[in-house]
Amino acid sequence: MSSWRERLKKIDDYRWEIETSYKPGMRVPGLLYADEHMLEQIGEEQSPEQVANVAFLPGIVGKSLAMPDIHWGYGFPIGGVAATRVDDGVISPGGVGFDINCGVRLLTTNLMEKDVRPRIEEIIGQLFASIPSGMGSGGRIRVKGKEMDKVLRDGARWAVEKGYGDQEDLEFTEENGCLRGADPDQVSEKARKRGIPQLGTLGSGNHFLEIQMVEEIYDEVAAGVFGVHRAGQVVILIHTGSRGFGHQVCDDYLKTMGPAVRKYGIELPDRQLACAPVKSPEGQAYLAAMACAANYAWANRQCITHWTREALSGIFGRSPRELGLRQVYDVAHNIAKIEEHAVDGKGLLVCVHRKGATRAFPAGHPDVPAAYKDVGQPVLIPGDMGRYSYVAVGTQRAMEETFGSTCHGAGRVQSRSKAKKDLSALDVADELRAKGITYQVASRSALVEEASQAYKDVSEVVQVADGAGISRKVFKARPIGVIKG
Amino acid sequence: MPNFEFTDHTADIGIIAYGNSVEEVFVNAACGMFSLIADFEKVAEVIGHQVVAEAPDQEELLVTWLNELLYLFDAENLIFSRFEIVDLRQQYVRAMAYGEKVDPLRHNLKTQVKAATYHQLKLEKGDEFSARIILDI
Repeated sequence: MSSWRERLKKIDDYRWEIETSYKPGMRVPGLLYADEHMLEQIGEEQSPEQVANVAFLPGIVGKSLAMPDIHWGYGFPIGGVAATRVDDGVISPGGVGFDINCGVRLLTTNLMEKDVRPRIEEIIGQLFASIPSGMGSGGRIRVKGKEMDKVLRDGARWAVEKGYGDQEDLEFTEENGCLRGADPDQVSEKARKRGIPQLGTLGSGNHFLEIQMVEEIYDEVAAGVFGVHRAGQVVILIHTGSRGFGHQVCDDYLKTMGPAVRKYGIELPDRQLACAPVKSPEGQAYLAAMACAANYAWANRQCITHWTREALSGIFGRSPRELGLRQVYDVAHNIAKIEEHAVDGKGLLVCVHRKGATRAFPAGHPDVPAAYKDVGQPVLIPGDMGRYSYVAVGTQRAMEETFGSTCHGAGRVQSRSKAKKDLSALDVADELRAKGITYQVASRSALVEEASQAYKDVSEVVQVADGAGISRKVFKARPIGVIKG
Repeated sequence: MPNFEFTDHTADIGIIAYGNSVEEVFVNAACGMFSLIADFEKVAEVIGHQVVAEAPDQEELLVTWLNELLYLFDAENLIFSRFEIVDLRQQYVRAMAYGEKVDPLRHNLKTQVKAATYHQLKLEKGDEFSARIILDI
């Protein structure tokens, strides 16, 4: 792997091409978004090799793309984007990942830091009590029998109809919280059994709920349209996905795809890239089951949103409306979507795999909520719990280059075991306290594994995406309270 | 030599499981996985659960076996600390897994494993047997 660097062609300060000669079998070139500094890190991990492997997928168009938060994944790199022709291309469950529709939701409030800081212990305690977090925690909701089918078919809409939130939340959710084409009949009994007890839970690992304060606004117009008006304003960020339900759907369909690869004579450099033609029965079944998992995740985030509103409402003695607890947006970062994009100057229907990448549609795109049509779709980019997160907007350049996609987060730089070797839970706790961050975690190991030191500085990632023009920064927010599984 | 060890990947964890037979490799891979999830030695043997898995070849069978155990952890809330392979073939395994219902506090749940993956999967047979499996965390 020593020569990988010389084999990357520098396009400009933020773009590096992997030519098809890099590895025989690549159908299109690869393109990495990174600066010089990041490139060092990226190269150490073999993730460029994975970008090259993804370029083997039949029907891939444009380039095999890697967002600036790229890191080593299984099959696809995390931060990978690949679009394949619907007509004769493939869909790969590995291009979505196990946590289908892992995503982020942002709420604003009309509270300021000074209103929240004095009560932050109480707020975090109440949220931790209200929102089941961590492994082995059961959900507060138990759906039975046919009710689960409704969750899988209707997504966040199911939750709103049950009283968890309101219509307006759906308007500000990607796909209105319900991905079309969901067919519960394509979901195994096992996925249902894993999913039922976990509906309405935050989970563990890098999933979280954060109370944040806006620290810096870069684009006042766009921030204003999103309901963010000044530094110090309190916002809430929720990061979770489809839990065990999505993991099981992915696992089930990886098994289906193994034989499909042989059946359709597809040659791949890695088993984890297993795929089937989009239009084949296997491909269609996966899309229908994946949509169920996407909808489960939207229902999950919708329930958590509702309990967040309830908790804050109780503490401040004011209704969610009075607290301005409005949803800014909810966006997926592990998903495959059928979208129309311009390829070689012509409109083409493609299957866009976003694995650790965020949709970033520009102003005027029909899928952007009407209220945001002049500024573009909000892109929510969580950082690590000790630093900050960003909100950006999608751009026309993203439509032209990345099938309307940008980065999704910080990306790890340190493995979990290295973090555990280097840091103690006490150190991390001290550091968070020193930064004025109140936290509740379900397990001590999560505290260490998710420490700032284990992650890239998300500001570097966002800066590269901004510099390359595939998303534009709007504001930055810093956590003051964190809940983790 | 330990029965299993872990390898580092930035976002994931790999298990290398050893054994004098493929059966032992299957058992040690499962022990490795549950020792990541919880304080494995605190899991009591209260119940025995039969586990059956099938796959196109023995390497994939190893992944399927681990994913079957993860399924039981999530769906049935069961955690295991001992495994007996009853019948192992190229495409089929039947085993008994011994453990109890998850108690998050007593078992000190640590890391959530989303799935065992097929990525860089390797099962080697020779004088000694070993396998490498990467887990999605």
